[in-house]
Amino acid sequence: MNGGSEETLATGVLGEGRHDPGTPPAGLRRAPAGVDGLTTEHLIINMGPQHPSTHGVLRVLVEVDGEEVVAAEVSVGYLHRGIEKLAEYRRYDAVGTLLDRGDYISGMMAELAFALATEQLMDVEVPRKAHWLRSLASEINRITSHLIWYGTFGLDAGGMGQFLYGMRDREALLDILEALSGSRMMFNYIRPGGVLADMPTGLDAKIRAFLGTFDQYLDEHDQLLGGNEIFQARVKGVGVIDRSTALAFGLTGSNLRGAGVDFDVRKARPYAAYPELDFEVPLGTNGDAWDRYNVRMAEMRQSARMIGQLIDGMPEGPHMAKVPRIIRPRAGEVYASVESTRGETGIHLVSDGTEHPYRMHYRGPSLFAAQALEEILPGHLIADVVVIIGSTDVMLGEIDR
Amino acid sequence: MNAIGIGALKVLAALALMLVNGVVLIYMLRKVLGHLHLRLGPTHVGWKGTLQTTMDVLKLVTKEDITPRAVDRWLFRLAPAMVFVPSLMAYAALPFSDSWRITNLDAGLLYTFTALSIVPIGVLMAGWASANKWSLLGGMRAAAQQIAYEVPLLLSVLPIVMLVGSANLGTIVEAQQGTLFGVLPRWFILNPLFWPTFLIFVVASLVESNQTPFDMSEAESELVSGFSTEYSSMKFGLLYLSEFSNGFIISALGVTLFFGGWTLPWLPAPVVSALGPLIFMIKTYIGIFVMMWIRGTYPRVRIDQVMQLGWQRLIPISLVWIVFSGIVIKVWS
Repeated sequence: MNGGSEETLATGVLGEGRHDPGTPPAGLRRAPAGVDGLTTEHLIINMGPQHPSTHGVLRVLVEVDGEEVVAAEVSVGYLHRGIEKLAEYRRYDAVGTLLDRGDYISGMMAELAFALATEQLMDVEVPRKAHWLRSLASEINRITSHLIWYGTFGLDAGGMGQFLYGMRDREALLDILEALSGSRMMFNYIRPGGVLADMPTGLDAKIRAFLGTFDQYLDEHDQLLGGNEIFQARVKGVGVIDRSTALAFGLTGSNLRGAGVDFDVRKARPYAAYPELDFEVPLGTNGDAWDRYNVRMAEMRQSARMIGQLIDGMPEGPHMAKVPRIIRPRAGEVYASVESTRGETGIHLVSDGTEHPYRMHYRGPSLFAAQALEEILPGHLIADVVVIIGSTDVMLGEIDR
Repeated sequence: MNAIGIGALKVLAALALMLVNGVVLIYMLRKVLGHLHLRLGPTHVGWKGTLQTTMDVLKLVTKEDITPRAVDRWLFRLAPAMVFVPSLMAYAALPFSDSWRITNLDAGLLYTFTALSIVPIGVLMAGWASANKWSLLGGMRAAAQQIAYEVPLLLSVLPIVMLVGSANLGTIVEAQQGTLFGVLPRWFILNPLFWPTFLIFVVASLVESNQTPFDMSEAESELVSGFSTEYSSMKFGLLYLSEFSNGFIISALGVTLFFGGWTLPWLPAPVVSALGPLIFMIKTYIGIFVMMWIRGTYPRVRIDQVMQLGWQRLIPISLVWIVFSGIVIKVWS
């Protein structure tokens, strides 16, 4: 085809590769070159940044032998907006608007991480109600984000229906988030010292009404996608990230728990209202796409359970501590992390005592998952590449910042 | 009017049917998928959005026809015709009623399958000529699928041919007239001997006509748009139209082979023969609805799983079933 491919990823289209094309990975069937004078060539194809299934602008260069991936290279940065640098020119109360645009389908978590980091340098007592509202917002946001993942995972596997069924429930939750924070996606709701506003009257009834139907809807989702034999054949045993690989790449969240490692920031370093909540951490066993699917589905049930507890036990009192209009934390260097939808979302904050952060680093868990892709993609088929990317639930807004 | 004139008229009628069908089916697909997906589908253009597809066809015709520089020009232009013409040819042997058919071929079944099996060659041409790696993969998949599923598709319907004693589609329909026990129609779908046949036929024909969950050569989530990625304007329109046309033909074949074609046992014979084409179309559209239902629900099978299913399961099963049903038919008669 056009240009053929004398160069391979390993010989250096884009620098040093990991796999020597002469020795295909174990398990790869490859026609020996030179039989009857015919030779086979590897094809390098560019998956993304404008590919329908790379979840935005992820670019994966895959070197394929027929349809089998021999090597893969993940190239990121197409959605870079300089969030970390821009934060150095914002006041502390305005950084949240930037972080909302990082992981833009679960903005609450990054806001919360930033608020937690800032509060460590502020000596401020966050009211109990604020803690509970933060957890409530986070869990609702987690479900909305998982529903997007559910829908797009279905799309990646080739099904169309799941996406819109996921959207149906997500709409109801976005309405709730809008009532809570005034915005459907770019919330800026969780701020240093507390949260923007109290729950409006009647919202708890609305949330309860949603929870009443959600369990049944989740069963429906689980049957529609997970109960489908074709889907199971597509995900079982595909994209295995075993325990050691997951730990080596620094994966967190469902990708790590899918491999059976019991790590959840909500349990390991409790924050907000999580110490008082009763919830379980779902775990997988082999770390394949099917495990990650099941872990996320179970997480949605746990989140719904927590939302119920949060609504029932919502304390009275102020939702915001007394915080100066212009926040000037003391000089210092802190790190705070939360369990976001995709794993440990952390904010490393360096303050020099002025009203702007001196330096802010945003730890996005998707970046780690995207790195692991290079390791797990070889040996799979092109169709699997799409499913594996979907199963790791990478979010480009967070990878590129 | 001379024979050539009548022949030309028949071809024109088939073409008109194919085009009108395409427009209607695309509208139907959008509405069916819409309602399956908790949406409404098109609502704005015309009454309940009925003119939407007409407008889309007009849009396709008026769009700029882009030919990328690197393509193999001859193949690139020829490929849509290679996909479209066999699809049109396949209408020739379909019996819409005992009198409504273009030709009465004794090997009608074989002819229809032959016509349909030319389509993937056009798909392969399109994929190769496009000078696009995604298209190439799509074209190669079409070729692999075609080789793997042509065999079980033909083998699966052999028991019917053996029972009827003819490969004429009209004769096969006539063999299904009348009722069983006075109530049930004598359609082959109600004959347990043909249940495995039907299952193999459904799977193989979905693969052959490139329908979900086996739409390998298009596979929009994997191969962008597969073999049709580089096509625009009416060239794309032809590729798209023939996909719907193939779906129609496959469904019509299924109706002919298993659901009694144009016949309906509970109606008196003169009514059936007058309403034949209508009954045939309604049955075919029900089949197409089922295909759309599958399309709205199922994820896509992976290419190696499709290949395994074809070579390792369907071909052996259909061979065994030919032997078995041969014995049964012999013993019975």
